[in-house]
Amino acid sequence: MTGENRFQSRWGSEMRVVVDFDLCESNAVCMGIAPEVFEVRDDDFLYVLQEEPPPELWDRVRDAAARCPKQAITLEG
Amino acid sequence: MLTGEWEPARTALPSGTDERLDLDWELGVRATGLDLDEQVVRLDDGRELFYDGLIIATGASPRRLPGTEDLAGVFTLRTLDDVAAIRAAIDAGARRVVVVGAGFIGAEVAASCREQGLDVTMVEPLPQPLSRVLGERVGAVIADLHRAHGVDVRLGVGVEGIEGDGRVERVALADGSTVDADLVVVGIGVVPNTGWLEGSGLELEDGVVCDETTLAAPGVVAAGDVARWPNARFGETMRVEHWEHALDMAMHAARRLLAWGEGVTDVAAFAYEPVPWFWSDQYDRKIQLAGRPGPDDEMVVIAGALDDERFCVAYGRDERVTAVLAVNMAARVVRYRRALADGLTWSQVLEDAAASGS
Ligand SMILES: Cc1cc2nc3c(=O)[nH]c(=O)nc-3n(C[C@H](O)[C@H](O)[C@H](O)COP(=O)(O)OP(=O)(O)OC[C@H]3O[C@@H](n4cnc5c(N)ncnc54)[C@H](O)[C@@H]3O)c2cc1C
Ligand code: SF4
Repeated sequence: MTGENRFQSRWGSEMRVVVDFDLCESNAVCMGIAPEVFEVRDDDFLYVLQEEPPPELWDRVRDAAARCPKQAITLEG
Repeated sequence: MLTGEWEPARTALPSGTDERLDLDWELGVRATGLDLDEQVVRLDDGRELFYDGLIIATGASPRRLPGTEDLAGVFTLRTLDDVAAIRAAIDAGARRVVVVGAGFIGAEVAASCREQGLDVTMVEPLPQPLSRVLGERVGAVIADLHRAHGVDVRLGVGVEGIEGDGRVERVALADGSTVDADLVVVGIGVVPNTGWLEGSGLELEDGVVCDETTLAAPGVVAAGDVARWPNARFGETMRVEHWEHALDMAMHAARRLLAWGEGVTDVAAFAYEPVPWFWSDQYDRKIQLAGRPGPDDEMVVIAGALDDERFCVAYGRDERVTAVLAVNMAARVVRYRRALADGLTWSQVLEDAAASGS
């Protein structure tokens, strides 16, 4: 797919995952999409496993950010 | 939003994608017809739009109680306007709320209204809320949750009629009793928006009927609440009314449509076999469901206990797990959802249950 890397320039060569924990309701939508990066544990809190995920995960991390029902995930880069 | 916690603007779609996507919005117009041979969608302003590929995603509309159309104070809940209207009724002083239907929508409305201190009566003809989907034991847990928060839960009784002079005054129940009300919210299910497709030649049966790849006709796919398709993983033709599903199926349908455009013939590779996933927030409980439980499925507790604040149960039949539901154990459902996709068996689930001591 040609669109795959089209948005990459927007992020430069790094991506930083920031979660607004006041908004997050721990529904684990993000974990369903990118479990390498987002994990809701049995204590019901969300843990960000990789704050600067490698490029091969960026598509799924963006997908997770877009699908978060609380819009709690921001990506900086 | 119903609790006043969210401003309407916060519900807007994430912006900034339009210019990158090169798409044209046609807002404020309605599709009124489809001509498959001419490849044309007719619009209510008289125009016709030609297409190479068509994605049908017209969703569903709430079912209304017949005869209540002209009565003020009676609402359904689907759109932002619906929420605003209910909000306005509460702000204008409505205090006695009757919720008709104890499905997920009704239960969430009841919870939000209780959190604002309103009197709430919830009426449901089934023996327990959601018992047709989740079984009577889990249904009873949901009923108890609402009772514990002060909802007057009336089960096994239907609504006979809504009475009032221009504005709702009371709700008459099938057992002859009445409940005074100044606000009624009806949550008795939805009907897929397929009216505009009547006579188009598409098969319509409680939704747009698609093949196992989401294709409804050559060059036409459907997704979301409006689409019905055979999901081989569950051996059942289904229509799923979940938010995450609408996104997921839309992406699948788009890929399917592109493959159709490119003349891809290996359609088996495009079989759409997701494990549906859904959550519902009620009070301090996050209820999550992965899969598709059947009304006669067996149910087993695999973590916690039904009268705990947190528990997890599995549903299954014929040695196959059909669904996993959890209350306040979101991560577990996400993990089991993956396991379900990998063919989780009933005996594996029983082992988990034994291991957790349930
Ligand atoms: C109050 C409420 C709470 C919910 N809570 C949850 C929840 O907690 N979790 C969950 O998973 N799901 C939830 N859902 C369900 C979820 O919102 C739906 O499954 C999802 O919105 C379906 O998306 P869709 O795009 O298929 O349909 P819709 O969102 O209904 O979108 C269909 C669009 O098509 C438009 N349209 C209809 N007819 C035409 C026409 N003829 N021409 C042009 N446009 C047309 C409509 O105006 C609408 O904009 C909830 C739904 C409601 C109403
Ligand atoms: S999807 Fe959003 S709300 Fe849900 S757990 Fe992830 S960050 Fe939190």
